[in-house]
Amino acid sequence: MTKSITNNSQSSIQDLQPLIQIQQLSLSYKNKPAFQDVTFSIPQNSITAIVGPSGCGKSSFLTCLNRLSDLIPNCQVSGHIQLGTVNLLSPKINTTALRRRIGMIFQKPNPFPMSIKKNIVFPLKEHGFANAQEREQIVEEVLTDVGLWSEVKNRLEDSAMSLSGGQKQRLCLARALALKPEILLMDEPCSALDPISSGIVEDLIVRLRHKYHYTIIIVTHNLAQAKRIADYAGLFWVEEGCGRLIEFGTATQFFNAPEHELTKAYIQGTKG
Amino acid sequence: MSKPKTLSQSPLQSWFTRHKDQCLVWLLRGLAAIAGAIILLILIFLIKESLPVLQEVGIKAFFQDRAWNPVEQSYNLVPMIWGTGLTMFGSVLLATPLGILSAIFCHYYAPQSIAIIYRRLIELLAGIPSVVYGFWGLVVLVPMINRLHPPGTSLLAGICILTLMILPTIALVADAAFAEIPQEYLLGAKAMGLSASGTIWHIVIPTAKSGLLIGVILETGRAIGETMAVLMVCGNVVQTPDSIFDPIRTLTANIALEMAYALGNHRSALFVSGLLLLMIIIVLAIATELIDQEV
Amino acid sequence: MSRKASSKLINLDQLFKVVIWLIPLSITAIFIWILSDIVIGGIGQISWAFLTTNPLDAGRDGGIAPILVSTFLILAVCLVASVPISIGTAILLAEFTPNQNWFGRLVRRSLDVLAGVPSIVFGLFGNAFFAQTLGLGFSILSGGLTLACMVLPILIRSTEAGLRAVPQEYRLNSAALGISKTSTLWHLLLPAATPGLLVGLVLGLGRAIAETAALIFTSGYVDRMPTSLLDSGRSLSIHIFDLSMNVSGGDSNAYGSALILILILLIINAIAAWLGSKYNYLYD
Ligand SMILES: Nc1ncnc2c1ncn2[C@@H]1O[C@H](COP(=O)(O)OP(=O)(O)O)[C@@H](O)[C@H]1O
Ligand SMILES: [Mg+2]
Repeated sequence: MTKSITNNSQSSIQDLQPLIQIQQLSLSYKNKPAFQDVTFSIPQNSITAIVGPSGCGKSSFLTCLNRLSDLIPNCQVSGHIQLGTVNLLSPKINTTALRRRIGMIFQKPNPFPMSIKKNIVFPLKEHGFANAQEREQIVEEVLTDVGLWSEVKNRLEDSAMSLSGGQKQRLCLARALALKPEILLMDEPCSALDPISSGIVEDLIVRLRHKYHYTIIIVTHNLAQAKRIADYAGLFWVEEGCGRLIEFGTATQFFNAPEHELTKAYIQGTKG
Repeated sequence: MSKPKTLSQSPLQSWFTRHKDQCLVWLLRGLAAIAGAIILLILIFLIKESLPVLQEVGIKAFFQDRAWNPVEQSYNLVPMIWGTGLTMFGSVLLATPLGILSAIFCHYYAPQSIAIIYRRLIELLAGIPSVVYGFWGLVVLVPMINRLHPPGTSLLAGICILTLMILPTIALVADAAFAEIPQEYLLGAKAMGLSASGTIWHIVIPTAKSGLLIGVILETGRAIGETMAVLMVCGNVVQTPDSIFDPIRTLTANIALEMAYALGNHRSALFVSGLLLLMIIIVLAIATELIDQEV
Repeated sequence: MSRKASSKLINLDQLFKVVIWLIPLSITAIFIWILSDIVIGGIGQISWAFLTTNPLDAGRDGGIAPILVSTFLILAVCLVASVPISIGTAILLAEFTPNQNWFGRLVRRSLDVLAGVPSIVFGLFGNAFFAQTLGLGFSILSGGLTLACMVLPILIRSTEAGLRAVPQEYRLNSAALGISKTSTLWHLLLPAATPGLLVGLVLGLGRAIAETAALIFTSGYVDRMPTSLLDSGRSLSIHIFDLSMNVSGGDSNAYGSALILILILLIINAIAAWLGSKYNYLYD
């Protein structure tokens, strides 16, 4: 199991459907549950939008998928996540390799306090890209992909802290893309940005998905955005002090003919 | 794409890359163990060096012998304990109100700019070496007390110098404790029409009580442990003082004065007084911990 | 409330106000008194020759060159020994130890106690352990190592505080990119914690250079120019002590040495303040 993660096994799970199966996943902080009993499957090359009010456990849910939950003190995860043939919650998983395959974008853009270029090069070096020329090439490639190249190519050595909010978020995206992940987790990637930057990032997500066939799981507050980009959608909601997955389905069904009353109310409420 | 690393690495190397984090943690644990073990090492060595005389004459001798005369096997530490105790009590008694009031000044009376400068000054005061305090006491303070009542080197001089030295400790701790009082408490007091001094007496001091208590313990520790300054201004006569103008000798000064030539049981007896000091410090540390936990 | 009582209250308030202004004023006055006394007494002594010649006649005459050299050697030994241990311990406590971990708690407690140990006790320990048991004798090495034990708690605390000030997001971002903890630490956290570390270093230096009691029976009294770390060396603070207590007629050179010591400390403090402000912009 660990081995298939270590080897760059992009093709070995290519044709497995669905890609991620989540079964009875629960997470609690210090014995206080954040969400419980979440079960659904995510098909390959799709965009899945997770919506719901604040505090219903959406971010916590994402951290299980790349095992970032390991780093959070007092955080216990139970249940089962199957990624291709791999049991993702197994303690034997090489999390370093796993996180390389599963990129993550956070709500608050957080480039490292280094130069723009070093922000991308540092993770590359860490993953054994020893050839400097190859690294340069990747830097240009991913910065072009996120539409930053023309804006920053003359100041690659400047501190990444000098970028604007939208640029920072695109740099974080580029930094994740440089490692050629298969899956991207996005935790409200646009909610800290102004409307224009937010639009740019949203367009990017759609374009990159078509270009590189990413599987994307995006948490968003913005229902209109979810409707525009998602193939599948799920609603999290707090019931009895604990987050639950209320409904999950294709975006068409979720937005046009929701089964659950709560989903209906949530979609309508935001419409009105 | 990255080359598969495992092919080109020796088994040891590859083991190391894979277990990089674990190796680091063990290295760090080793360093932390050294840091944590030092206090233990100090305790062990003080006990080891004290044992010969403790086994030979017992603990009682240190309190019941005729006098402090180690060359003649007489080890009475009581006058020095009086010296340490009296200088400590005197200075803590003076420094505590002064330090707390000076912190109150910083927080509730001084304009912002003055408060900042004053804090810096207190920090500088804390940084003046004890040997400089002692020197100043010797050349300025002792002659002044001498004019008042000879000889000048005295319990009083020790108390004055120590007060100056421990005042920054309590002032800085009190300052930090006051900073943690929620603003609403003070506004509430104002709404109730309490006067400024009333607010401080009835709201500020009780709220910051445990912080202040920790400050008092810290300054007590400093007062007990101070060596050079008291050594330089107290006169170092082994006696239980009758008046505040009498010269005295503290436990710390006793060690500093006699270690240079002490041998055998004499040296061992000095380690006993060091052990006594360490015990007091450990008790104070435990007290701090208990107060801290209660909050 | 009767008028009389309320006016009495106001008077109390005003009295309190007077007292509360008097105390800091007198503390400031004493501070200025001490400083000006040292400056006035010492300024006439200080010259290039004072800094660069050997002491003569038990220190009554001549300069303090070997004493300065010994002082800096003792400080160097102290730093070389204490910095790696402090940084390692601080990293362990801040980055690798959950709050409930018994080992971390034990280390933290023992450092708290260590921070309160009187310097004379460090002196006893250094004499018994470094000078006798390890056979280093009265030497710069013994003195420096003793001081290293003493400044450990200061260094560890400030380095740990520096690490804890680095935003948690950096760690999460780094981990999410599959970067190992070791690399995160090396390339991200330690550079970001450097200011805290440097401030701690400077404070530790201040404490070490002010120290006397821990050095009397470890580094010793000898005022010759040291030729190796195993030579005994007299630190500046011991020099002041010796001149004022044991050498009659040594006061003027004691003043000069005290002024030098104060100047070094002021420089150290200024560096700490400058470092603190210089790195404040780091996080937004
Ligand atoms: N590190 C943490 N420690 C303890 N509780 C947390 C932590 N992170 C989140 N929580 C709690 O878990 C619940 C879910 O939080 P989160 O996953 O951030 O929700 P969302 O992203 O949907 O707003 C919230 O009640 C939050 O207070
Ligand atoms: Mg969230």
